[in-house]
Amino acid sequence: MAEKFINCRGLQCPGPIVRLFKEAQTCAAGDIMEIEATDLGFKKDIAAWCKKTKNELLSLEEENGVIKARIKKVDQS
Amino acid sequence: MDSNKKTIIVFSGDLDKAMASLIIANGAAAMGNEVTMFFTFWGLNILRRPEKVRARKTFLEALFGWMMPRGAGKLGLSKMNFGGMGAYMMKIIMKQKNVSTIHELLESARDLGVRLIACTMSMDVMGLKEEELIDGLEYAGVATYLGAADEAGVNLFI
Repeated sequence: MAEKFINCRGLQCPGPIVRLFKEAQTCAAGDIMEIEATDLGFKKDIAAWCKKTKNELLSLEEENGVIKARIKKVDQS
Repeated sequence: MDSNKKTIIVFSGDLDKAMASLIIANGAAAMGNEVTMFFTFWGLNILRRPEKVRARKTFLEALFGWMMPRGAGKLGLSKMNFGGMGAYMMKIIMKQKNVSTIHELLESARDLGVRLIACTMSMDVMGLKEEELIDGLEYAGVATYLGAADEAGVNLFI
């Protein structure tokens, strides 16, 4: 199980989810991805992305305009 | 119907509408969707190469080619264009706010496996030749688009 940090600060929509999608493709099931973004819409978007791609949103918090999410890659088979 | 597929008809060659369609396409692809974009009429201008390409054309075709924007970098806004000033201002603002450029969005869409289809009937009507358009396109007609749309959960006309 690996942990990956993805810095998407400053990226606008759809930058963060495009980055996350690409990074997720290189991850194995069970890996944790931690992503930080400053795009306001990302807070809602990350939940929608996890639901659609069937990955698990472990935590989601916002601090000083930075949205932090931890996602667990789920086995897609 | 497959909720994992999306189709977009890109009819407009306006910068704002082209941006919107490409942002949706990139977003959908990043959600794990198979995305098909069907570029028709003015939408084809998004796919034009920026450089001048020599192609055999009739007088009217050549005139059309001269009147239409040559590539994504030359598109104007659907509103507030003011002869290109609005589009120029919009590009500066988007750069300040770190929004991807239309070229980056097009590149990213292709990178994510979005199908880019150029409507051959529109190309013929507008006198656009294959060598004038960017690489990596499919050339097809309405049946190809309808085939993809039939299977898609979302279909947009922009």
